[in-house]
Amino acid sequence: MLTDLSLADILKGLEARSFSSVEVTDAFLGAIDALNPRINAFITVDGQGARAAAAEADRRRAAGEAGALLGVPVAIKDLFCTEGVRTTAASRILQHFVPPYESGVTARMKRDGAVFLGKTNLDEFAMGSSNLTSAFGPVENPWKRRGDDAVLVPGGSSGGSAAAVAAGLAPGATGTDTGGSIRQPAAFCGITGIKPTYGRCSRWGTIAFASSLDQAGPMARTVEDCAILLGSMAGFDLLDSTSADVPVPDYRAACGANPRGLRIGIPKEYHADGLPAEIEALWRQGIEWLRDAGCEIVDVSLPHTKYGLATYYIVAPAECSSNLARYDGVRFGERVPGEDLIELYERTRAAGFGEEVKRRILIGTYVLSAGYYDAYYLKAQKVRSLILRDFTEAFGRVDALLTPTAPSAAFAAGQKFDDPIKMYLNDVFTVPASMAGVPGISVPAGLDASGLPLGLQLLGPHFGEERLFSLGAALERAAGFTHRPALRAGIPAGAAA
Amino acid sequence: MPLDTATVRRIARLARIGITDDEAGRLQGELNGILGWVEQLSEIDVEGVQPLSGVGQAALRMREDKVTDGNKVDAVLSNAPERAGPFFAVPKVVE
Repeated sequence: MLTDLSLADILKGLEARSFSSVEVTDAFLGAIDALNPRINAFITVDGQGARAAAAEADRRRAAGEAGALLGVPVAIKDLFCTEGVRTTAASRILQHFVPPYESGVTARMKRDGAVFLGKTNLDEFAMGSSNLTSAFGPVENPWKRRGDDAVLVPGGSSGGSAAAVAAGLAPGATGTDTGGSIRQPAAFCGITGIKPTYGRCSRWGTIAFASSLDQAGPMARTVEDCAILLGSMAGFDLLDSTSADVPVPDYRAACGANPRGLRIGIPKEYHADGLPAEIEALWRQGIEWLRDAGCEIVDVSLPHTKYGLATYYIVAPAECSSNLARYDGVRFGERVPGEDLIELYERTRAAGFGEEVKRRILIGTYVLSAGYYDAYYLKAQKVRSLILRDFTEAFGRVDALLTPTAPSAAFAAGQKFDDPIKMYLNDVFTVPASMAGVPGISVPAGLDASGLPLGLQLLGPHFGEERLFSLGAALERAAGFTHRPALRAGIPAGAAA
Repeated sequence: MPLDTATVRRIARLARIGITDDEAGRLQGELNGILGWVEQLSEIDVEGVQPLSGVGQAALRMREDKVTDGNKVDAVLSNAPERAGPFFAVPKVVE
């Protein structure tokens, strides 16, 4: 079935003329029609646009043109502005927003011939770890516990992208990661996702959450597919002042590089209290796999890891309160009228933002306010220096770090939603790398006792993506993870569990 | 020091988010929970540590001072909730 193919195999089939882009695009659109009403992975499906782009890709290929993604259908997180296609950030305040311009990342993918199937669901403004904060309803994780049809969350914030890829509604998708929003949902949905180095992908036209942390990256079923996508998404952009003017290497070739001789650090602080025994065991297994691949295993310490989350929950809300000030009901987005301008702002923002977004804006406003700035925001920035120093020192001794991606498998909707801090703890293993701006990849490595996927995370130094692809591919080969979720393209929905 | 509801209201006013009395009470509990949790940072000695505002590896660049884009009034206004000719429209601000 076309929807079972990896992105690399789709490219191969298109090159060999085994099928056309229109055929493969129609196959995925059909799968979306069948499953999206239940999974809710897409907020907007652009069948007409996708078919037109696919026909154009077929025409270009027939004319002898090439492109890194020519004719490959992909899903786009609804945080990337797409010209002429509604872009909501899963917020009521942007429910009718149609960008008049294209984001830097999606412009590159279009340049390379990608076909956009539609816009995927997420936590509102990418703030969340469960997809439960979307104004367009939650996403259902296509995975089920064995013998149990309970709805599980796909993780977040790129939960729609992760669920779409896992269920075979798209062979690959874009995500964004501010504190773990690519890696944690990839782990929860049994797929691969990489958060590149800060500055690797342009932030131009990606709706901002926390500008010093936000970074786009790919999500797909294989390490190689992520490498193909990142090769298209990455690169220098004059329109983003933090974009890195660093050449984009051949990531796909890096997947085949032998990791023998690399030194892998195991950070002792990641042996967190209460980490499930299954996740500890999988981590030990991952260590053995890399040792078998010829890597040297070294114990390292990242002493400020345990402060990563608390630092994050000062820095990220501070930046979000500033970034989201633009949603004022004046220039774009929804408006609720008021007697005067202040009342218009207050009513618009009260009605337009959900609970979690409001909470974070208020925390951010408080920690930046006169009299509290030094105690909270400045302090957090200093701790952030110490977190970066931990990584810099570790990467002076080792080439990469291996950790679990998340402290649990996917959980049921409602299970953690009562207490914001409990939800925040999902990102305990992913946040420190975001604070330091270093790249991280999550690779599906095994199933827990109830049959849910678990991921392992590899972290590298700044611009160490090639090394992560090489090591990630080694883990992937060793793990041989070929499990697929209960809900997926071609499987009748009633057959689940 | 825990936030009182007056402070919660003041923050909401600064953030231009209208909140009801019920919400102020609920938010007071939630915000205090989060602020109490981040208090753990007080145990770290940051004496002499420079604050880190970002992790970008790129230095800010200069560019030639010339117009590269513009004359897109309709595109700029295409999502405006209310417009008056080539302008965004808002309630009267000055009496």
